[in-house]
Amino acid sequence: MTETFYEVLRRQGISRRSFLKFCSLTAASLGLGPEFVSTMANALETKPRTPVLWLHGLECTCCSEAFIRSAHPLASDVILSMISLDYDDTIMAAAGHQAEAIVDEIIEKYAGNYILACEGNPPLNEDGMYCIIGGKPYLDQLKKAASNCKAIISWGSCASWGCVQAARPNPTQAVPIHKVIYDKPIIKVPGCPPIPEVMTAIITYIATFEKLPELDRQGRPKMFYSQRIHDKCYRRPHFDAGQFVEQWDDESARKGYCLYKMGCKGPTTYNACSTTRWYGGTSFPIQSGHGCIGCSEDGFWDNGSFYNRLTNINQFGVEANADEIGLATAGVVGAAVAAHAAVSAVKRARTKGGNE
Amino acid sequence: MTTADQSHAQTQVYVYEGPLRLWHWVNALAILTLCLSGYFIGSPLPTMPGEASEHFLMGYIRFTHFAAAYVLIVAFALRIYWAFVGNDHARQIFLPPIFSAKWWAEVRHEIAWYAFIASEPKKYVGHNPLATLAMHLLFVWGIIFMMITGLALYGEGEGMNSWQYTLFSSWVIPLFGNSQWVHTYHHLGMWVILIFVMVHVYAALREDIMSRQSILSTMITGWRTFKDARPADDDHA
Repeated sequence: MTETFYEVLRRQGISRRSFLKFCSLTAASLGLGPEFVSTMANALETKPRTPVLWLHGLECTCCSEAFIRSAHPLASDVILSMISLDYDDTIMAAAGHQAEAIVDEIIEKYAGNYILACEGNPPLNEDGMYCIIGGKPYLDQLKKAASNCKAIISWGSCASWGCVQAARPNPTQAVPIHKVIYDKPIIKVPGCPPIPEVMTAIITYIATFEKLPELDRQGRPKMFYSQRIHDKCYRRPHFDAGQFVEQWDDESARKGYCLYKMGCKGPTTYNACSTTRWYGGTSFPIQSGHGCIGCSEDGFWDNGSFYNRLTNINQFGVEANADEIGLATAGVVGAAVAAHAAVSAVKRARTKGGNE
Repeated sequence: MTTADQSHAQTQVYVYEGPLRLWHWVNALAILTLCLSGYFIGSPLPTMPGEASEHFLMGYIRFTHFAAAYVLIVAFALRIYWAFVGNDHARQIFLPPIFSAKWWAEVRHEIAWYAFIASEPKKYVGHNPLATLAMHLLFVWGIIFMMITGLALYGEGEGMNSWQYTLFSSWVIPLFGNSQWVHTYHHLGMWVILIFVMVHVYAALREDIMSRQSILSTMITGWRTFKDARPADDDHA
């Protein structure tokens, strides 16, 4: 089932002669001796591609939709050459029991060697009945598949943080993957969806170097999530100059000024959109004139309006942000101080009057 | 150092040493600068006309904020140092005697004085207990909160390899959930400090006029003067 790289190359019409030429040229360009040509050829002939199980929990398939639109590398190259995508219920040909049987087979046959890619997340309420795969709760499938895997990739904000189904009040009690699987390395690739090229790049990295990318403290690959949208935004010079869009469709909006005042969440969002952009570098939200909504941040649905850079604080049923609360409190304290000063003055005048 | 002059009923005590007074005013100036520049970072001024290359307004405002923040942090570190080597009064706002029943009774008395229930305030060489409590809770912890969240936000811009990110952003941001919550709480913290400043200035003015000891001049000259000759109620005298 899982072909070696050599078999894939042959299937794609590359002759053995060309294959050996490639090995010789690669060995020469890496500065290796002639004896390494056969080592390399042997490795490519015998090394199976990493099997990947792609599971779908509570999700909207936007991650898959993004993934298949990757331009560098093409998604087809990734799933047909680099990895062996053995199970992905939305795009695989098999269905029903045959499809589910593949999961069991991979878990047994490639124990400790396959990658588990999770799109969406499991709901815990009502014993997981809000998401049923093949007649069983998704949670069961996830735990079973995770038990033997080498590592987990949490695709998208659902698997990484919880996303919309985990937004308050979260009736199904949906939780991200790291809240139910504790004993496996988890690579979070947040975004709603994640950037296509980021998704394929992470798979490419794992397939090429046979190790997991370096992660930050929150479990995201540093190479794509170590900077904020704001840090590399092409509109940043307008921010530094103090040039802002004040209203949708004003003169500044037409000139492409900074969207900070329109509630752009670029300054609080870790992602690579402003660097890699989307769909072969065509565009990204800010380039199309709308602020970033911070879709790759933890709890972004619960952060209040997409058009406000401060989070709403919902106490006593009042929706207000930090500045409104602060200003109101300062006003109350100011009035209290003034009133207290007035009473103090009256009291002092009376006391003095009494003394005289 | 006590000069007792019975005829004028005035005594004076050297309370605030030079470095402490210098810190107070440097700190006050830094807080004022931070509040103003911070407010304009959160709610920027109207948009600038012309080419982006002609202006650097937000850059200068942010620079002012960061520079004032470092002044505040360094001054606070030196202030902690002074709490160790300075006189008793230098430690007061850091160590309120919260296990002393007498002290809590005096807090209640001070509240009664502010509520116009007690007819006369007690007399203190250092801070009165209510002031100590307010400074400890709102100022000391407030400013520590602002320094930590501020450094965490600064570390975001400096990048993941910076010491600010490693020491602060790396744990503060996950603690609050995301960067936006840290921003939100940093704003709230500003209002807490601002409200502290309002009450602090008002109380200092009022105490200077209505209490039994000097307040305002003490933070300039270091000398506490008294308006009557009865003994002070705190242990520092």
